[in-house]
Amino acid sequence: MANELIQPDKFFLNRFGLSERAFEKVLDTALERRADYADIYFEWRSNESINLEDSMVNRTAKSVNQGCGVRVCAQERTGYAYSDEITVDRMRLAAQTARMIAEQSAGGRQPVTVGQPVDRHDLYALSTLPLEVEASKKVALLEEIDRAARAYDPRIKNVMASVATETKIVLMATSEGKLAADVQPLCRLNVTVIAEGNGTRQMGFFGGGGRLEYDYFLDGERWREFVREAARQAIVNLEAVDAPAGEMVVVLGPGWPGILLHEAIGHGLEGDFNRKGASAFSGRIGEQVASPLCTVVDDGTLAHRRGSLNVDDEGTPTSRTVLIERGILRGYLQDRLNARLMNMPLTGNGRRESFAHMPMPRMTNTFMLAGDSAPEDIIRSVDRGIYAASFGGGQVDITNGKFVFSASEAYLIENGRLTRPIKGATLIGNGPEVLRRVSMVGCDLQLDAGIGTCGKDGQSVPVGVGLPTIKIDAITVGGTHA
Amino acid sequence: MTPRELADGDSDLSLAQWALERARARGATAVEVLTSTAEALSAGVRLGEVEKLKSSRERRIGLRVFVERSSACASTAELSRDGLDRFIEETIALARVTARDPWSGLPPAQLHPREIPQLNLADSEHGVVGAERALDMARRAERAALSSNPAITNSEGAEFHSGWHRLTFLNSQGFGASYEATSYSLVATPIAQANGSMQRDYWYTAARRYDQLQEPEEVGLIAGQRARRRLGARKIRTTKAPVVFDPEMGAGLISAVAAAACGHALYAGASFLKDKLGTQIAAPQVELIDDPTIVGGLGSRPFDGEGAAAYRKALITNGELKTYLLDSYSARKLGLASTGNAARGIGGPPSAAPTNLYLAPGYESPEQIIRSVEKGLLVTELIGFGINLVTGDYSRGAAGFWIEGGEIAYPVEEITIAGNLSQMMRDIVMIGNDLHWRSWVAAPSIKIAEMTIAGA
Repeated sequence: MANELIQPDKFFLNRFGLSERAFEKVLDTALERRADYADIYFEWRSNESINLEDSMVNRTAKSVNQGCGVRVCAQERTGYAYSDEITVDRMRLAAQTARMIAEQSAGGRQPVTVGQPVDRHDLYALSTLPLEVEASKKVALLEEIDRAARAYDPRIKNVMASVATETKIVLMATSEGKLAADVQPLCRLNVTVIAEGNGTRQMGFFGGGGRLEYDYFLDGERWREFVREAARQAIVNLEAVDAPAGEMVVVLGPGWPGILLHEAIGHGLEGDFNRKGASAFSGRIGEQVASPLCTVVDDGTLAHRRGSLNVDDEGTPTSRTVLIERGILRGYLQDRLNARLMNMPLTGNGRRESFAHMPMPRMTNTFMLAGDSAPEDIIRSVDRGIYAASFGGGQVDITNGKFVFSASEAYLIENGRLTRPIKGATLIGNGPEVLRRVSMVGCDLQLDAGIGTCGKDGQSVPVGVGLPTIKIDAITVGGTHA
Repeated sequence: MTPRELADGDSDLSLAQWALERARARGATAVEVLTSTAEALSAGVRLGEVEKLKSSRERRIGLRVFVERSSACASTAELSRDGLDRFIEETIALARVTARDPWSGLPPAQLHPREIPQLNLADSEHGVVGAERALDMARRAERAALSSNPAITNSEGAEFHSGWHRLTFLNSQGFGASYEATSYSLVATPIAQANGSMQRDYWYTAARRYDQLQEPEEVGLIAGQRARRRLGARKIRTTKAPVVFDPEMGAGLISAVAAAACGHALYAGASFLKDKLGTQIAAPQVELIDDPTIVGGLGSRPFDGEGAAAYRKALITNGELKTYLLDSYSARKLGLASTGNAARGIGGPPSAAPTNLYLAPGYESPEQIIRSVEKGLLVTELIGFGINLVTGDYSRGAAGFWIEGGEIAYPVEEITIAGNLSQMMRDIVMIGNDLHWRSWVAAPSIKIAEMTIAGA
């Protein structure tokens, strides 16, 4: 099934026997007290995962989630109630619960009229949804991946690979009368290998995907690149020596190391933390927070990217927001509640994990624009330091600005050359300081391969990051070799 | 809506029975069905005002179907009989494209408990509490945090959560059972400020019974003290020194060790504890226990995710690795017996995990442990994902307090601590007597002889 064949605006109406008039009644119920805004969010989501281990595709799972939530906002208050039973009665009950946060109203208000469609992007129209591709084809691909990985090197002892696909259909009806709907496909291929040798065991990983056709993995046998990268990383790490400890020069490779921006800058610029004065970046718009070489944007409008959306989860079209321009802090990421309270424009960053969650300001695809330096020159400029090519996860304390991210593939730089691979180590820095120490920015901007998932307040959403090669003059590297 | 009302009409058990029969009729040779019905309410306040109120109601069915040695898992919230029948058919079709796995199957029938233990997991008196009470709890905790000391100038608020759920389990070898559980939690997150710098911290209480929660005033007070004591934190120079994990951080440490002892990581070759059964992996005073049968425990359950009986076991005794944590699949694959540790979501395959996990207490008080450190670090916060279970390599972002001459000297931040889990477990030189259950994982204070601390 192609996603243009699913009419998301009609999907819920047909499937659950609802009507726009019913939405109006529910929204009128929601606004019976003194409230600023109300909306209804519908979600239907289907997932499939197919997993290989020990040369067998032996774990498969599928799921269907559906539900609807009613939200009422009054000043800084939000009431939210949801149910996985989609009926008008349930919705009205949810509206009555959600409006409990609002005070009794003095007078009447205009009834809500729903029906004004939102102007949304068209970033991921597909001819075949990846979820709809037959499971047997995915099984065959995983078996081929297993053979290719084991053939890469006899030291590869185990291969774990998976194909995960998702179709999510959403519909939002707001008290401003807007109606926004979207079909959001997502797919991902992961390859993990275990290598043994040199008296040790190591893991290698590569994954990627996006809001793409399943054939993306097959085109030009792209999956072979996934296998090669995972296997190469595991074999390289077999030779890894203890990582150094202490402050030193760190060069980050292009692409996924952009997780630095996500942790060091991105979360601290989300509207909610800033409205509450809880972020290390609160009240600092217009200030120099990075070296003039740094321009950082969040862009939800990139075609087929994992972090992109046609509309956010409040019905606002996504956009490209400049966060830092030549080192100067320019903007925050907003959802409706925080944009209204801060009197700032909407940026299309109101996102939620599912109908079971309230929206919050979240990132989409966050990256630094390319600079002028050749990546080789950046490495050549370092006497002693480390080069980090790939990372696992990261985390930040937005209030004091301290953030970490953990290298999964890194090398020592000695006299301008990459020498030995080093064991994984966590890097720790301070968000408002780290980008001031960026002294070179490469011309090689890359976005990640499509594996990012961001967690905040218990909610996970898919995101993207990107980075050119950059040089940071000093950051603490958490190795064991003091 | 009370739990009792939800149980009316189409009961979970009859739904499960119907689904099991349909799956068999459509060709499944063995079946497991789970249903979950849940309700929750959470309330948040910030700076004394209501900030959010969230109420929910959910019901799902999950199944695992086998066609001989091939299997698939599935779950759905679409519960109409027609829709569900189609869904079961699709799940069986998915199982048919899955490999014949010689180790797959239901657990041996003799593992099912004859009697379901009464673990007192549900507080039927309080159930899901109402919005007013929930808001009141959050307000009291936040007020206490804001007034705990003058450095607390702002707040990310306080939140109270109350939830109820019922799980029903049924399989085709005749085991069926159901249990209910409630949970309550309260957390306060104040912000302290001084000399242009800000620090946030939190404190929480969680329990299966409402009356077992810590008083909101106490939660708020501790949260406020925790935020204030971080003010003025500095970075220290890179060094090697003893590291004391406070109980919260100690709990994280033993969780990582337990994760490496779980079936999947072992047969995949992705654990540093592979082939270590029966060997000394920790200092002799280390005793690590997993016990799903603690009455009212936050990690307790009367049977595991495959219906296998739950029982207490020591993973580590006198520093020796005594058992792994296994579900029936990983047990068969490793040539061992299931330990009743199958954990699962409603729709996923079972996989081994700890239940209530704790490190048995030692004899020294936390104060005595601090006093034993000439120069070293007390860790009270760790961030990031720098634990590699394949190698045991450990490197995480840390904050805490520098200890000098057996006394807390000053707060520290923007540092990392690094080592290797196998070495760290052997280097445990002191275990505190301060074991308190606050979550499903509990540890006393732990002193590790030496780790690398990276700073300036």
